[in-house]
Amino acid sequence: MSFTESALKLFHLGEGPPDRSKRFAAIGRDLPRVDGRAKVTGTATYAAEWPVENLVHGAVIDSEIARGTVRSIDDSVALAAPGVLAVVTHENAPRLASYPKKGAGFPLTGEGGLGEVRQPLQDPTIYYGAQSIAVIVAETSEQARFAANLVKVEYDVQPPELDMDAASWTTRPTEFSGGEALQRGDESVEKALEGAPVRLEREYENPIYHHNPIEILASIACWEQRGGKDRLLLYDTTRSVDMLRDVVCHSFGLPLDCVHIVSKFIGGAFGSKAWTYHNPLLVALAAKVAGRPLRLEWRRQQVWSIGGHRPAQRHRLRIGAEPDGHMRALHHWTRQHSSMISGYTEYGSRMTKMMYAVPELGFTNELAHLNLPSPSVMRGPGFLTGGWALETALDELASELSIDPIELRLRNYAEIDPDTGLPFSNKHLRDCYDRGKERFGWDARHAKPSTQRIGRDLVGYGMASAMHPAAQQEASATVTLHADGTATARSATHELGNGSYTVFRQIAADGVALPIERVTFDLGDTTFPKAPPTHGSITTATVGPAVLDAATDAIAKLKDLASKDRASPLHGAKAERIEARAGRLHLFGDPATGEDYGTILRRAGVQEVTGKADVKPGLERMRYAFYSFGAVFAEVRVDSDTGVVRVARLCGVYDCGRLINPRTARSQLMGGMIFGLGAALTEETIFDPVNGLPVTRNLADYHVPACADTPDITIEVLNIPDPHIGELGAHGVGEMGTNGVPPAIGNAIFNATGHRLRSLPYTPDKLIKAYRHG
Amino acid sequence: MDEPQTLILKVNGQEYKLRPDSRTTVLDALREQIGLTGTKKGCDHGQCGACTVHLEGERVLSCLLLVEGLAGREITTIEGIADPAGELHPMQQAFIDHDAFQCGYCTPGQIMSAIACVKEGHAGSRMEIQEFMSGNLCRCAAYPNIIEAIEAVRAAVLDPANSIQ
Ligand code: FES
Ligand code: FES
Repeated sequence: MSFTESALKLFHLGEGPPDRSKRFAAIGRDLPRVDGRAKVTGTATYAAEWPVENLVHGAVIDSEIARGTVRSIDDSVALAAPGVLAVVTHENAPRLASYPKKGAGFPLTGEGGLGEVRQPLQDPTIYYGAQSIAVIVAETSEQARFAANLVKVEYDVQPPELDMDAASWTTRPTEFSGGEALQRGDESVEKALEGAPVRLEREYENPIYHHNPIEILASIACWEQRGGKDRLLLYDTTRSVDMLRDVVCHSFGLPLDCVHIVSKFIGGAFGSKAWTYHNPLLVALAAKVAGRPLRLEWRRQQVWSIGGHRPAQRHRLRIGAEPDGHMRALHHWTRQHSSMISGYTEYGSRMTKMMYAVPELGFTNELAHLNLPSPSVMRGPGFLTGGWALETALDELASELSIDPIELRLRNYAEIDPDTGLPFSNKHLRDCYDRGKERFGWDARHAKPSTQRIGRDLVGYGMASAMHPAAQQEASATVTLHADGTATARSATHELGNGSYTVFRQIAADGVALPIERVTFDLGDTTFPKAPPTHGSITTATVGPAVLDAATDAIAKLKDLASKDRASPLHGAKAERIEARAGRLHLFGDPATGEDYGTILRRAGVQEVTGKADVKPGLERMRYAFYSFGAVFAEVRVDSDTGVVRVARLCGVYDCGRLINPRTARSQLMGGMIFGLGAALTEETIFDPVNGLPVTRNLADYHVPACADTPDITIEVLNIPDPHIGELGAHGVGEMGTNGVPPAIGNAIFNATGHRLRSLPYTPDKLIKAYRHG
Repeated sequence: MDEPQTLILKVNGQEYKLRPDSRTTVLDALREQIGLTGTKKGCDHGQCGACTVHLEGERVLSCLLLVEGLAGREITTIEGIADPAGELHPMQQAFIDHDAFQCGYCTPGQIMSAIACVKEGHAGSRMEIQEFMSGNLCRCAAYPNIIEAIEAVRAAVLDPANSIQ
């Protein structure tokens, strides 16, 4: 494709040509969020905010050691304090079944599993610092927090294991989350590496990162006895109501219909707030003991231990290449930590295995179990950190061979997926490079490092490729057409800033051919049709088709009613001859012969008709490799005295299928890019290397990007529907923006200073050290 | 021991009687006793800005403010800047128009801060807005859109034909 041709296919977000697809009126439109009003007026209800009668409050006590056992807990003073109703510990908490092995098909336990295996308050063992060991329940939150200081805990302390390299328990898990292989490579990779004319071997390391959504974990647990059965209503910050219900039912030995979980608005998650941690179980347990509905908002200080994190990783990249830059062999070794009670493995080579056309590919993922809290997925798991290592190594190769970094990537461009050998479903990464080059002004880059200066600042340009899988899972939805000419769609998915309320309303509206104002979409409730956790950027591509199909089914049922009704002008018409348009059914090409939805329903004597759909990824998954791609560019200013790095500009061009709503998608990508900037420059969690307790326990010591850190951001999305991912042609964009930003910034720092930093984050001390030692 | 006195807090023009507890912060009083949950808790120790309210028109962090000692002083929350069912405050509308949020959890605090930022005269330039809005963290990182929303409202304030309160 010529550049002009490809440029014609491209347009900047929000200014594109109208969608040509007749059916899509709301889909693809740049619409404001439908939950905007609720969010700006403070009326959106988050988990801790549900009004519940007779509520009591909880506060959690954390262990002061990272390894050992609780010898004794003296709660006598706490119990005598005003308002205190109960102190719940491993000694008096009800027993739970052991942690479930699987949830929705994913292995939760074992090496490569996703969950933290320990059930809360069941035994006195301490596996990591600040582990939850007791809950105070009191009439008010002030009383609960105060009494938490009155509990005396004694421990039998053992020295914690905290060093990834000296760990006594290390493994090589075979699969990540029960699917992707974590180990690959044989003699031939080694041979190809050895025989290559150009060889590059580099080590990189990233620190622990924490999600830190602004809303902290919270639950309200309400038990009641009804029909002779224990029932639990749980308001929770979870982004996986159905999975959490499975875990709760399994743990408490309850049938599915006895547990009802509600999560209407989530104040950000970024990989935390799933079902994989003990927090909701602990609140439900304590509520049971207290015999009253219990509300527990965790403290910011506690999320460093109980909500998961991106584990620290070391990466070793080995590249064998030709002098012209063609890679012949590539091996990615990663070692990371997990806890003593989780097999979660951050899959460092997820990008390496599929990004470039390299004939010999290998990877190793090692796990070291330590007395640290359990890690978890975090925005771009494996892609952000492993991808950073890969894209930095590529920049190193480009500079060694004096090849332009984009040219090097083009020389190794993968036309088919090197991992599976399948063609990509919809890859236009070349266009991303081209557009990014132009939008960013790449040609102004000085190839020779450290040659551009503004005052004290060294100026540098860098770029990196980015990718994310365009995965799909099973989901269900219903869409109900009402006699008053409105429609309601439902699915147990989640709203955590991803725009679910908005985009699924758009899809439902087009599906039933009604204006968007006449349609609502509801979510976050286990009584709704099942949906997977909101993770892995799958939501739009997973729930979207379910909503669309359910809408289509509702219209089919309506057509059937009309066609069978003697009084209808559509009587006897075949379904394929009937078209739905603007709230009416009429004959194709004959809009006058028809009637509105309400008339059909009322004459049939019904108030509504409901369409249903259960969708799952189909055979196309065997025929194509589904990925989103992007090219990210950064301009940095590095202070030549202090080593402080400021990002002046970020530019990202993305290829992620059709956008359902360019406005919400752009915001997600933009937020993702700034999230990546935090990982690149300031974020780093530190655990004390001796006692294993978290050292960075607040938002001052752990600096997430603030308004003042915001660079100038340019985002362009190709918006080319994926022809193989169903009618919508959409991929998710939740994690895409994050990936690629740290290496683009690091590569720009090299271009600015001539110093290659191989450890994240790029803090001033590392640059000063580099300045001193050349 | 003296009988504890009832605490009184005036919020959005209305007086509320609260449990007598000298430890109660304005934030917890709002969320747990009064039922005004629009003000958010993100850290409970003055680092995130999610709990920003106005005390006599000035922005303050309600998690660092004890109810005791505020007798007779006026607190305004996100629920008090406009009729939630009626016309929005221009800053609320600007936040919607510019998509200046994603999850929405930091948003009430951002809006309370943004209104004060314009009123203080600290919205003169992008840089100034960035500096004076940095006490309000947004992990969704809607910052570029927040800046745009504030710039739009400031422009409307400066235009006398278009003035807002
Ligand atoms: S909750 Fe008050 S500043 Fe964070
Ligand atoms: S909108 Fe989510 S934290 Fe700001």
